[in-house]
Amino acid sequence: MFAVFLQVIRRELVTAFRRKSDILNPLWFFIIVITLFPLGIGPEPNLLLRIAPGVIWVAALLSALLSMERLFRDDFLDGSLEQLMLTTTPLGVIVTAKVTAHWLLTGLPILLVSPLLAVFLSLDANTYMATFITLLLGTPVLSFVGAIGVALTVGLRKGGVLLSLLILPLFIPVLIFATSAIDAASFGVSYSGPVAILGAMLAASVTFSPFAIAASLRVSLS
Amino acid sequence: MWKWLHPYAKPEKTYSLTGKMLPWFAVLSVIALTVGTIWGFVFAPADYQQGDSFRIIYLHVPAASLSMGAYLSMAIAAFIGMVWQLKMADMAVAAIAPIGAVFTAIALFTGAVWGKPMWGAWWVWDARLTSELIQLFLYLGVIAIYGAFSDKLLAGRAAGILALVGAINLPIIHYSVEWWNTLHQKATISKLDKPSMDSDMLWPLLINLLGFGLLFGTLTLMRFRNELIIRESHRPWVKKLFIGEK
Repeated sequence: MFAVFLQVIRRELVTAFRRKSDILNPLWFFIIVITLFPLGIGPEPNLLLRIAPGVIWVAALLSALLSMERLFRDDFLDGSLEQLMLTTTPLGVIVTAKVTAHWLLTGLPILLVSPLLAVFLSLDANTYMATFITLLLGTPVLSFVGAIGVALTVGLRKGGVLLSLLILPLFIPVLIFATSAIDAASFGVSYSGPVAILGAMLAASVTFSPFAIAASLRVSLS
Repeated sequence: MWKWLHPYAKPEKTYSLTGKMLPWFAVLSVIALTVGTIWGFVFAPADYQQGDSFRIIYLHVPAASLSMGAYLSMAIAAFIGMVWQLKMADMAVAAIAPIGAVFTAIALFTGAVWGKPMWGAWWVWDARLTSELIQLFLYLGVIAIYGAFSDKLLAGRAAGILALVGAINLPIIHYSVEWWNTLHQKATISKLDKPSMDSDMLWPLLINLLGFGLLFGTLTLMRFRNELIIRESHRPWVKKLFIGEK
């Protein structure tokens, strides 16, 4: 079972690296959105530090939304999703692998460019650490929860807008706790509480969402 | 119990049972809402601090608690539909979602109207208000996905999955006033020990709560019956029912 898990991840990574723009475009989008805020609001460091948590996380949510569709759409269109569902491996394992690969391709790059944010938004070291930790714990939650919405809408012709309507409300708790952690860090107080809740969200979404994703895919493909 | 429940998996049995239940729910809810609302708005004593404006709780509290209750019943129906593959449970999900959305909107609106004189603002980003707003979005999501599928059998299942996923929000709303120290006041009537409200104020509230519950039941039954008839419209029993009546 674990071999299949790794194989699916490998397959996802290989197909993604053959079409690099799929990975790079959401990342560009993330960076560009963040650049817009200092330009639009004004470059004072204090102001930027104050709005940084919200800006970073809203940009992360939107770029996650952009990259979300490719999770199942291409495989659905060329029929390989059906083939994956026909294998003897439980569907939950396969979707977990696909979502993990999706996070490696979209969440991890955001973490890698996050030092750039620290420079852009004049974050101090402590705030940057908090940002890094919340992104590390929060972006996988986005991938797992968002995958449910993608799985529900993949069979629909105009799924794009509907997808954002379905999953953005589910992203709100992540946004709230992530930004309150970064906020607390920027005031120099302990932020372990919201980070612990984010960790709990991650644990819960990794545990439960594969079942929901699998059930949704069965609905979409029947 | 299963033997007793079993015949109701047949749509025509359910249709006739709900038809028998509907007038009871409707009449009782009208009575309870009339008594509760008039008692609350006219005869209940005014609050010593808030004056007459506290009276909006007679609409706000029942709508708010029913908005959560509706979600809970929708999630239970979705669960039943998913586990036992009963398509009528999925119909119940589709029937409940718009009603719950309207109750949530009423709760938010009355809360805003009350908040303006009391807190000095129509809206504050308080934990309970925010989570109630999220609940409205979740209801709208369920309605949207149900409308997006043309095959209603699949639509019901998809809406059920989304309703179940969104059910995590329920405990968050319910405990938000206890977990976070927020502007919204804590529970007054659901406490098991002595309620922190005068009985002259409490009774109309309880009656209205019952009335809203019955109203919810009435509307759900009506929408459920509609849904059932529309989905089963090609079946002989539906044709017989309607052509026979004419």
